[in-house]
Amino acid sequence: MSTDVKTATPTSQHNGQHANPNGIKLPIYMDNHATTPMDPRVLEEMLPYFMEKFGNSASRNHPFGWVAEEAVELSRERIAKLIGASAKEIIFTSGATESDNLAIKGVAEMYREKGNHIITAVTEHKAVLDTCKHLEKYGFRVTYLPVQKSGLIDLDDLKRAIDDKTILVTIMAANNEIGVLQPIAEIGKLCRERGVVFHTDAVQAIGKVPIDVNKMNIDVASITGHKLYGPKGAGALYVRRKNPRVQLVPLIDGGGHERGMRSGTLNVPGIAGLGKACAIAQEEMPQESIKMAAMRDRLKHSIMSRLDEVYVNGSEEHRLPGNLNISFAYVEGESLLMGINDIAVSSGSACTSATLEPSYVLKALGTGDDLAHSSIRFGIGRFNTEAEIDYVADRVVETVTRLRELSPLYEMAKEGVDLKSVKWAAEAH
Amino acid sequence: MSYSDKVIDHYNNPRNVGSMDKKDADVGTGLVGAPECGDVMKLQIKVNPQTNVIEDAKFKTFGCGSAIASSSLATEWVKGKTVEEALAIKNTEIVKELALPPVKIHCSVLAEDAIRAAIGDWKKKQEAVRPAAAQTEVQAAQ
Repeated sequence: MSTDVKTATPTSQHNGQHANPNGIKLPIYMDNHATTPMDPRVLEEMLPYFMEKFGNSASRNHPFGWVAEEAVELSRERIAKLIGASAKEIIFTSGATESDNLAIKGVAEMYREKGNHIITAVTEHKAVLDTCKHLEKYGFRVTYLPVQKSGLIDLDDLKRAIDDKTILVTIMAANNEIGVLQPIAEIGKLCRERGVVFHTDAVQAIGKVPIDVNKMNIDVASITGHKLYGPKGAGALYVRRKNPRVQLVPLIDGGGHERGMRSGTLNVPGIAGLGKACAIAQEEMPQESIKMAAMRDRLKHSIMSRLDEVYVNGSEEHRLPGNLNISFAYVEGESLLMGINDIAVSSGSACTSATLEPSYVLKALGTGDDLAHSSIRFGIGRFNTEAEIDYVADRVVETVTRLRELSPLYEMAKEGVDLKSVKWAAEAH
Repeated sequence: MSYSDKVIDHYNNPRNVGSMDKKDADVGTGLVGAPECGDVMKLQIKVNPQTNVIEDAKFKTFGCGSAIASSSLATEWVKGKTVEEALAIKNTEIVKELALPPVKIHCSVLAEDAIRAAIGDWKKKQEAVRPAAAQTEVQAAQ
């Protein structure tokens, strides 16, 4: 079995993949912020825990339980090591959404007597924003910090927002759409000085950029497996045990697993996989992040050298190495996706979302709705190749060029019409 | 989102893409939608003033695949029709032809609007150039 795993490619025929004449397998997966393919080494680590090592890690009285527990504890250590924590500070969950919920609701309930004020930012993931909105219904006050054009919060805004009722600041480490990296160390320092718990949704950052909970004064951090080449359904929450000790009220009550913070039998194979994914990231991140950034820059230059009016959304300086989010003026995102349907990427266009609203993240940067509709997120990952980057760039340039020929807006702009001054007849909406 | 074969066909091979001279008295231009909404359609018709027959139609669309397909189809359908016949085209027929899902119905509405706007523009120009002739057409349309 293990030999099969080693030779397995991370993506397979099941996605309708086929080889094109250049030897590139199509479709190309370049949506690694949505999820990553699993690293074959991770799968190999997990497999024994489905069948021969099936035990419940909470079974203390026989070797089946001990073997499972050993795997869980190894994973705990590997995760902790990657973020500079100690193993006892890692709580296993089902993934990022649960981790965010547990962190925010758990802190809110635990520190309710101290205060009722929570600070977050408008560009957070819905798992954070909707959890905060939920708490507002129960008497909590939430400040949603704006972001600058770079996508980063202004630390002075945060400073001003903290008051004597503030119990929690929750700001993500890396944004899932535009990949910008918030000034986590500065935020952590500020929170520590003011005695406020600092939670960060670090799911996009961990394994991609260095995160150190002590150097950055992070108190609580959300982690998930499937964003770093691990399995779906396996996540973790880092909860600081000392200097200061952070306590959480659990969301799920039961057998008292995970120091009472998260009851429920542990997902041993998933946990083993998450730990292995962290161990691989620990080992490979320094070289991998350089390679990712080089591929990202190659994609960017290849596209931007051939097309005019293309804009990068968010800070280029403070950014995940594998992220490129760009708007192609005068071209609607969904039609662009349709043209490059042999490449899996995402768009901030309303047409691609369930809500029919363009990306709230791009809107928060001050990107106009028109450019938000024109945005594409490229998420480059471990298994992408330079040949794929070149293929993607060519396809994007070709499709944008074709769609601009078809675009009345491009024609008007070329005729010198100021599109902002046009009175649009949008009765249909 | 999965698209019908017809939407894909129009997206890959859009019919009648292009622009006509907006100033030509026989050309009507309809520009509908808004960039903020993610859809803008420009549909132009060239009408024979003697017969009221739409002899040519062109479009350009900023929008999703369904919007492109709806406007491409609209140009196909109006060509060869009289102005009155073209005004009778309903968005629901576009929905049916392209098998548009509910979330894309607004694309067909926009295409119908574009046809009406182009015809309206043409009529306005005709009134200016040939007041009497335009009068009869308006009556005919009613």
